[in-house]
Amino acid sequence: MGTAEVEAVWRIESARIVAALTRFTGDFGLAEDAAQEAVADALVAWPLASPANPAGWLMATARRRAIDAIRRRAALRDRYALLAADTAVDSTFDEDVDPDPIVDDVLALMFVSCHPVLSPEARVALTLRVVAGLSSEEIARAFLVPVPTVQARITRAKKTIAAAGVPFELPPVGERRERLGGVLSVIYVIFTEGSTATSGDRLLRPDVAYEAIRLARTLAALQPDEPEVHGLLALCELTASRFPARTSPDGAPILLADQDRRRWDFSAIRRGLAALARASTRGLGPYGLQAAIAAVHASAPSVEATDWDRIVVLYEALDRIAPSPVVELNRAVAVAMASGPAQALAIVDALIASNRLPGSHLVPTVRGELLARLGRRAEARAELELAARLCANQRERSVLLRKAASLGVPND
Amino acid sequence: MLIMRGTDESNAAMMADIDEMIARSRQFIEDLFKAGVYVAAEGLDDPGKGVVVDFSGEAPVVTDGPYGETKELFGGFFLLDVASKQEAVEWAKRVPAPRGAKVEVRRVPEGDEVPQVDK
Repeated sequence: MGTAEVEAVWRIESARIVAALTRFTGDFGLAEDAAQEAVADALVAWPLASPANPAGWLMATARRRAIDAIRRRAALRDRYALLAADTAVDSTFDEDVDPDPIVDDVLALMFVSCHPVLSPEARVALTLRVVAGLSSEEIARAFLVPVPTVQARITRAKKTIAAAGVPFELPPVGERRERLGGVLSVIYVIFTEGSTATSGDRLLRPDVAYEAIRLARTLAALQPDEPEVHGLLALCELTASRFPARTSPDGAPILLADQDRRRWDFSAIRRGLAALARASTRGLGPYGLQAAIAAVHASAPSVEATDWDRIVVLYEALDRIAPSPVVELNRAVAVAMASGPAQALAIVDALIASNRLPGSHLVPTVRGELLARLGRRAEARAELELAARLCANQRERSVLLRKAASLGVPND
Repeated sequence: MLIMRGTDESNAAMMADIDEMIARSRQFIEDLFKAGVYVAAEGLDDPGKGVVVDFSGEAPVVTDGPYGETKELFGGFFLLDVASKQEAVEWAKRVPAPRGAKVEVRRVPEGDEVPQVDK
């Protein structure tokens, strides 16, 4: 067995092993360290002799590593006394250790990894590492940051969790809905990094988006009665269904209006619509509403034949329960399609006047488009050039500059 | 896709303890579901109850009964969405399969694959 096989087993087992070890030792940081050591051991041992039960081998090795670490820790002497009895049983190599697949343990792990005491970056890194089973190298590649940065974030996160005394359990009922919102937002941040890379030379990073969808599916399996979990999954599936049509062969972004809809992934659309139906049982939340908007696009044969009035209504609903300047800007785009650019421009100008989205390239992008449709070419060009200056994604920037150039020379 | 290929030996073993096999299959699907990799799964009925539609001639010819030899017939499938071929193989090793069965691992082609510029 080589590295690829070790990584594959780890992907499947990481969450259950870290969760079971955290339960066993009461120490999340120690559990994560022990699990990583077990993976390192496997990378050495498996090419020499393949274990009959790789999952059991990882679990047993991680458990022994955890016990070794506890033995070394004078501060944990009390707990050591408790475990010493256990090690007698464990001293013979035990391949049959039950990975203890208690569902709530994996769920508890998600809540710990997304705990509000952690910085947003740390939540993302920790979730990808312990729940999704990615290596620091893979996380660094996904977020275009140096490997030591990811390692430092994870180390700091484990210390923060220990210092704050974060318990390994499901949040109390009164806090659970809010904390679940925190988990959902971590998954959504991972997804959006894959679906609109905030930096770098590629628009899409489908592997990163895939990790988010996988996490959302796991969460949907563990929390089937939470509509917003299904709403988030639906939003991710429906957004990802457009990936095959979103970039040209040379990697340039293709806008919704110009996409070849035959290239959309219809299996993903079906899965997204099914998740949306499950989300709709008790009224849609912010993710469910965004998914419903994506579903209108997914069901439309063309831009012209899209039910823009319904999209405007959905954005208005979204603006009521989760107001944000980005929602307002998207509503303006929908209004432009439903009722024309002049009305939409009024919404954008109000947004600018309230200065709720300073420094974003999205505002001048939309404003430039609207001005172009109104025939105010010089103003449109200036807005698109401003948008290009503010945009960090190289692919999007070149599209903006091309569009600006197509409007002719300034003051013509 | 993990394709179950049954042999006479494995079919007999499966029927000998069908309740156990159903329970293990349910557990396996539950594991796939909670790992976030499940897409679909179905087990197929007795191949003898099937029908083969043959397009060799001018018009399709319909024949009752199993397809070809009754060896290693397609008996069911698990459709997964995983990160790598190795991961699919690791899941295939965990399929609740009776002795003598085979699991064929095939990839759904990504005709919809996103063009990657820097490859």
